[in-house]
Amino acid sequence: MLLPLSAAAIMATALLWELALPRLRMSLPQLAHELAARRRAHHNASGQHGYDPGRELRAEQRARELLRSCVNEEEWAMYRDLGFLRVWAPVRMSASAADGSVPVRMSASAADGSVPVRMSASAADGSAPVRMSASADGCPPYAYLVYPHKPIVAYVPQTGALLNEYCVAFPDETRPYGSARLPDADDVLAKWMALTADERRLIADANMHLPGRQVDPQQVREDLARLVRWERERAGRSLGSVRAA
Amino acid sequence: MRILRLKPGHGEIVLAEGDVEVPEQERELIEAFRRELDAGMWAAVPTQRTDGRREAEMVRSFADVPRDAERVIFFPRAAGGADGGTDR
Repeated sequence: MLLPLSAAAIMATALLWELALPRLRMSLPQLAHELAARRRAHHNASGQHGYDPGRELRAEQRARELLRSCVNEEEWAMYRDLGFLRVWAPVRMSASAADGSVPVRMSASAADGSVPVRMSASAADGSAPVRMSASADGCPPYAYLVYPHKPIVAYVPQTGALLNEYCVAFPDETRPYGSARLPDADDVLAKWMALTADERRLIADANMHLPGRQVDPQQVREDLARLVRWERERAGRSLGSVRAA
Repeated sequence: MRILRLKPGHGEIVLAEGDVEVPEQERELIEAFRRELDAGMWAAVPTQRTDGRREAEMVRSFADVPRDAERVIFFPRAAGGADGGTDR
């Protein structure tokens, strides 16, 4: 009894399969097409255009032209050659201790060429933006290294001592191509504009950390050494051109 | 004067352009300026000091923009970042 029933079931399945196969062959490509269209529609609706190296390269070229037209010639050459900018701190002549600033020596002794600078007491515990007075040679007491899409690094130019990292981003939540990141040169320009225009506001909005949190201190020291070499070569070239003239 | 905005995947885009001395064009500039400000953007005007050094000036209203400014650049407001630049 079981055997004939099984045979009948197999026969029925085979017949149904034969009948359904042509229809399946016709509808499968249509189904695949519909699924692809649905995926594309979802893709566009969510703004996920994917990473396009050509588009990003063109955007970066435009951004570099804008950066070049805004910053000082030396700063542009620095970014072009080294990949980062140095922004000098705006000098505030707060020579008296009445403003709460205290003199601190950034390295062990003056024999190594370090110079005493004044740092506000609250900055030492990392709770407020660093505020220093100008050093005796008139050089700004601190400066910033501005990298694209990395924290801003504050350091003492006279000693190379690293002070803080200021983690700051300029996310564009409209995400026109799925990413909130500005082109590299635009990110540097945004930091430069914010630092030169309103340093306190930018520093207040940033997350402050001790050096080494995100940017490798060894890399920063190497960058500072590259910067010194670059400035020396540049000064040598300008001196040479003056002599030639 | 041109109102520019920094944008991912674009570089800068021109939002409005006109002569501030022409009332109709000034109105368009002001409207573009307000739109960006309402969207939470920061605005800066690249300037040059008398000693030749270049810097920027943040502006919070169109009245703050120097009449002879060539460009006003809008960019997203700063936020404390901590991702180390991994979002690509």
